[in-house]
Amino acid sequence: MRLHEYQAKQVFAEAGIPTPDAALAETVEEAVEAASSVGYPVAVKAQVHVGGRGKAGGIQLAGDEAELREAADAILGMDLKGYTVDRVLVEAAVDFVDELYVGVTLDRSAARPVAMVSSEGGVDIESVAAETPEAIAREQVDPAFGLHPYQSRRAVFDAGVDGAVALDVASVLATLYRLWDANDASDAEINPLMVTSDGAVVAADAVLNLDDDALFRHPDLAALSETSYEDDLERKAGEYGFDYVRLDGNVGIIGNGAGLVMTTLDLVDHYGGEPANFLDVGGGAKAERIANALDLVFSDPSVEAVVFNIFGGITRGDEVARGLNEALGAFDEIPIPVVVRLAGTNAEEGMQILDTSLVQVEATLEAAVKAAVEMAGQGADR
Amino acid sequence: MSVLVDGDTRVVVQNITGGEGEFHAGQMIDYGTNVVAGAVPGKGGEEVHGVPVFDTVEAAVEATDADAAVGFVPPAFAADGIFEALDAGLDLVVAITEGIPTQDMVRVSRRLAEVDTRLIGPNCPGLITPGEAKLGILPGEVFTPGPVGVVSRSGTLTYQIVSNLTERDLGQTTAVGIGGDPIIGTEFVDVLADFEADPATEVVVMCGEIGGSDEEEAAAFIEAEMDTPVVGFIAGRTAPPGKRMGHAGAIVSGSGAGTAASKIAALEAAGVPVGATPDEVADAVADLV
Repeated sequence: MRLHEYQAKQVFAEAGIPTPDAALAETVEEAVEAASSVGYPVAVKAQVHVGGRGKAGGIQLAGDEAELREAADAILGMDLKGYTVDRVLVEAAVDFVDELYVGVTLDRSAARPVAMVSSEGGVDIESVAAETPEAIAREQVDPAFGLHPYQSRRAVFDAGVDGAVALDVASVLATLYRLWDANDASDAEINPLMVTSDGAVVAADAVLNLDDDALFRHPDLAALSETSYEDDLERKAGEYGFDYVRLDGNVGIIGNGAGLVMTTLDLVDHYGGEPANFLDVGGGAKAERIANALDLVFSDPSVEAVVFNIFGGITRGDEVARGLNEALGAFDEIPIPVVVRLAGTNAEEGMQILDTSLVQVEATLEAAVKAAVEMAGQGADR
Repeated sequence: MSVLVDGDTRVVVQNITGGEGEFHAGQMIDYGTNVVAGAVPGKGGEEVHGVPVFDTVEAAVEATDADAAVGFVPPAFAADGIFEALDAGLDLVVAITEGIPTQDMVRVSRRLAEVDTRLIGPNCPGLITPGEAKLGILPGEVFTPGPVGVVSRSGTLTYQIVSNLTERDLGQTTAVGIGGDPIIGTEFVDVLADFEADPATEVVVMCGEIGGSDEEEAAAFIEAEMDTPVVGFIAGRTAPPGKRMGHAGAIVSGSGAGTAASKIAALEAAGVPVGATPDEVADAVADLV
């Protein structure tokens, strides 16, 4: 789960990290009011879950009310990479002399948290990591002890942060680690951490991403969740509780288990087709879930044919077959051809139950994929 | 021969009175697995499938000499269940649970460095030595005894690849599902070392997927340490960057790390043939047995 900048800044501020005065606005008039309370000049910042907001025009500076009205009017309602901006953060602009980066994330291969500092803040930290990895100081954390204070200081000095603010930055990093740990975060980042002309540090941006699997122990943060979807199909998948990713092709894919569904996508590509989606119905799927999966894939106007591949472990082939009969039997005319392959637990019973007037049945995954790719090709020519 | 488990492995099932625990304990027993105990807090003294239940893993081990645990513990309590099994001094712990908070696994992972116990999973189907024992949820009928070792990050993909092998009469020594989470106990390298040391394993099939760098580390290990031939498969060639493909660990980051192309290149550079389809994997194995 990703928090918006304004939500992350509230968490950071409560933990003691300095943030600029700011207020949220949903209309131009609210923005004017917000700006007069925090004082000009201000930054007007779109609150959407999109990276690179600044470059896309989602962050603008305003020195007076006229400029603010123009900026707020331009940003509110703006389409940023598929997301509509419905609110802006109006924030006191920081008079800065330097921009730093501090962050805490998981080093997956070490299975340890890692705390990071760089004196090259204000730019995309992934490109810094790729081009000049030595510009980022890293400290691996032993989860039994947490980030030691000396590690925070060492990271800051190793990163070459100016001595006048070094201990303040170390303190911000220590706080950031504590809140990362306490909130079950996956990433906590400040980029840039600005150094002001009077020698203070302030978090000009804030990223806080949380582990979905741990939200049950953070109900206050879970309540902030505003799932935003790139399109209606992903919204529908979210409501059905499916792991779903929409892609650009015309062969719809339904299967069980992430690895096998990914493999089915790869086979569609291998045999010359283009996958329309990734859809994992998960383990133990019953009739209603099968019907929901078909409804979802049939709702995608680009889909010309569907591969339906279940290898039962926990999932039972007879239940899947009944679900298919029921879901497809409800149509007067099946909108898109479906190729089915069942294997594993109770697959033979499933094959006997399956109404073959509704679907095409193939014995192997390869044959099912080839058949669907061919049908989709014909569909595209129609 | 086999690795990690065989007919003598003495198994305690954690949460054997829960829905999944009870069902799969029955399936394991039917398969021939030596299930000697269950462990469920507050249910000590009960019996499930004729197996005695104890309040703690420690009590189960004292009474039955269990040397392995399989856990069907709900995600919020699963890490605690793993710690309990580790502290009971078992040789092997299998965690089936999906959805354990990552930071819980960070702490488990640190503890693993201090003990001799092997953890398989979490978020995995478990492991099976065909004809002898299965610890987990794998459908036993797909597997058959033979000379091929299988290690995989994904459950149903393992079943698919194994069925392609079994169709060609290529049976398995042991098949291990190591799990699809970002932090897991036993990694590819560990299981590859087990197969290398097992005289009965003539060929190893390694099924990886996008995300992380375990496959690249495995490639380096194969090149440096293994004489047993390995055949690879990588799922997610067509996965777009930045999208999580089901498994928490299966994601290509924005910077391009963890792609299928990188993993396939690393394996091929280590002399490992990588099949584009499960059929091609089985063909490559047939050439090597």
